[in-house]
Amino acid sequence: MTQVKLLLGDEAIAEGAMHAGIKGVYAYPGTPSTEITEYIRHSAMSRENGIHCTWSSNEKTAMEAALGMSYAGCRSMVCMKHVGMNVAADAFVNAGMTGVNGGLVVVAADDPSMHSSQNEQDSRFYGKFAMIPTLEPSTQQEAYEMMAYAFELSEKEKLPVLLRITTRLAHSRAAVRISADKPDTVRKPADRDRSAWVLLPANAKRKNLALTAKQPHLEQLSASSPFFRISVPDYPAVSGNQGAHSGNDSVSGNAGALPGNAGAVFPKGIIACGTGYNYVMENHVLEAGYHLMKISQYPVPAEAVRKFATGCSQILVVEDGQPFLEEQVRSIVGGDYPVKGRLTGDLPRTGELNPDCVGEAVGKKTVPVYAVPEGIVPRPPALCQGCGHRDVYIALNQVLADYPESRVFADIGCYTLGALPPFCAIDTCVDMGASITMAKGAADAGLHPAVAVIGDSTFTHSGMTGLLDAVNDRSNITVVISDNLTTAMTGGQDSAGTNKFEAICLALGVEKEHVRVVVPLQKNMEEITRIIREELEYDGVSVIIPRRECMQTLARKKRTAGRQA
Amino acid sequence: MKKDIILSGVGGQGILSIATIIGDAAVRAGLNLKQAEVHGMSQRGGEVESGLRLSDAEIHSDMVPLGSADIILSMEPMEALRYLPFLHKDGYVITSSSPFLNIDNYPEEKVKSALAAMEHVITLDLDRISQENSMPKSANVILLGAAAGVIGILTPDQLRESIRNVFASKGERIVEMNLRAFEIGQEYGR
Ligand code: SF4
Repeated sequence: MTQVKLLLGDEAIAEGAMHAGIKGVYAYPGTPSTEITEYIRHSAMSRENGIHCTWSSNEKTAMEAALGMSYAGCRSMVCMKHVGMNVAADAFVNAGMTGVNGGLVVVAADDPSMHSSQNEQDSRFYGKFAMIPTLEPSTQQEAYEMMAYAFELSEKEKLPVLLRITTRLAHSRAAVRISADKPDTVRKPADRDRSAWVLLPANAKRKNLALTAKQPHLEQLSASSPFFRISVPDYPAVSGNQGAHSGNDSVSGNAGALPGNAGAVFPKGIIACGTGYNYVMENHVLEAGYHLMKISQYPVPAEAVRKFATGCSQILVVEDGQPFLEEQVRSIVGGDYPVKGRLTGDLPRTGELNPDCVGEAVGKKTVPVYAVPEGIVPRPPALCQGCGHRDVYIALNQVLADYPESRVFADIGCYTLGALPPFCAIDTCVDMGASITMAKGAADAGLHPAVAVIGDSTFTHSGMTGLLDAVNDRSNITVVISDNLTTAMTGGQDSAGTNKFEAICLALGVEKEHVRVVVPLQKNMEEITRIIREELEYDGVSVIIPRRECMQTLARKKRTAGRQA
Repeated sequence: MKKDIILSGVGGQGILSIATIIGDAAVRAGLNLKQAEVHGMSQRGGEVESGLRLSDAEIHSDMVPLGSADIILSMEPMEALRYLPFLHKDGYVITSSSPFLNIDNYPEEKVKSALAAMEHVITLDLDRISQENSMPKSANVILLGAAAGVIGILTPDQLRESIRNVFASKGERIVEMNLRAFEIGQEYGR
């Protein structure tokens, strides 16, 4: 029995994972991955099946907990945005070495064009780095179907599987046909194989050899995947790589001579993956005579690529993200075989692909009829009216005006918007937790005052260890933990440290007199600025905690309360 | 038959609810649909846009290609103009004429004259209309009503049915108010 639901790519992944019988999802919120876990948290199925779905403190704790669940014999999923992979990397890469017991799928949501991120890193490199299978769906339907496939693959190969999506798929909705059955949680006996799980050098060396030896097999799986496809004009799509791609159909209208094979006429080829495949299809490339290979699984199936290239005069690689596939296709076909893509300027070197730039690369340039009228100005996002972060920045700006040498090291969250007018209050924002540690390093170099501004959720994600470093060194820094009682930027998820911040700071060794709590409101401005001044003048670590609930979560609570009343 | 619609506005103006209503109607009508949303940083009072594609054939790209939108449906006049390169030459701009002034350098005169110069354009003073009818929270549904005659691929009845569905969980009073908002919008769309 099936049913049709209108789902975001993220939600299709959540449905797929639940239908695959997961026992837990572990995640730290991050755009564009947040909705996967949110969907599971709000689903009836997660309650009925007792699926673990509370938020983790960060991506590394999430990855490790999921690995533990896999060890114990159940299927588990980890979700994060691409930069979260950097945080989880230690556990992620070593999970490739230990292998898994219950199926383990890691979902990484990349953000090409950096709609809400600090960089454009492509998570497929992590899959290659860890030498594990990596999947890349093109559509919401595939995202759903790939989850069951991913868990089976993970258990069969005894490896974690990475599933990589991009913002456009994560946050685009389509009708998805899903199972209407109620799945049972998959459970196997807990593992006991210490030679696999204790990564002492002797064990690790053996595992490393085995994983490396497995790579050709994994490549074959990429070519026999049900999501792999070669399409040629006038022929139905061939899936699973049965029925070899016939190399020498000559297609009129779009043919070129194969280099070094004078006289023979071959069609142009395209290798596409993920959302890139959709843009290729949008431009009717088969009707234009192109041959098309869709890759949905890595390691790159080198043999299939080589064979496909033999039947084409050139290859255009269409992929969202960095030129991960393009570089590998180049090295597979070698020599002076023409491979086009982002590296050759046929597609933009950076940023998200779209149907128009892909159209241009296949010779279908569209010229818009209307232009944006002159004088239209950008409308940047801003902190909500009434947001407590506003009062924090007003106070900081007021005090720091008297300290021209001061610097404010900020962090990742709504409060990063303090960089924009009217506040222009922060000097840096680099990665989760870097506010405290960069302030410390700058203070070590003699910079004063060095102020760190970090949110409550970011503090428990990656700020606590840095604060311990600062305490141990008696660094002269002032840390502002702007506590809005939630993870606001991603839509108001629970924050791991709520009600615990004073205790955490004291336990890490910050002196009691220098842990100060204020309520960031205009009427308290005098008190707040006085406290900031006092702590800037204190030579050592001080923590100021302005605490007031996020306006958005507050409003949501009021609405829910109103409806229940 | 296909319809590509660009929904635009300022974060918090409720363009995603418009998408939800049209999406519900499309699925009921058995149409294919893709709707790319905006989440995250861009919602804090910044510009927001969502591309909505409806078709009886398979839809590949989640994004609306340049020059192919049949309608730009906008809660805010400058935000309508921002996406003009996506508009098909015969496409319609249906927009609120009430500017949302949260920036210092808002080009009010330029926005007015640019809209006036468009051939297929329906503007309505959403702030005034929604206030006069005491339904400030249903401004988005008024706008949808104004577009009902142009959407074509879905009938006004199908849209009305989906308004019922989408707002059902909020109680009959809210459903009725939104149905009325839709009708008011239809008047302006004629
Ligand atoms: S969502 Fe909350 S924390 Fe973020 S800007 Fe708005 S009020 Fe402030």
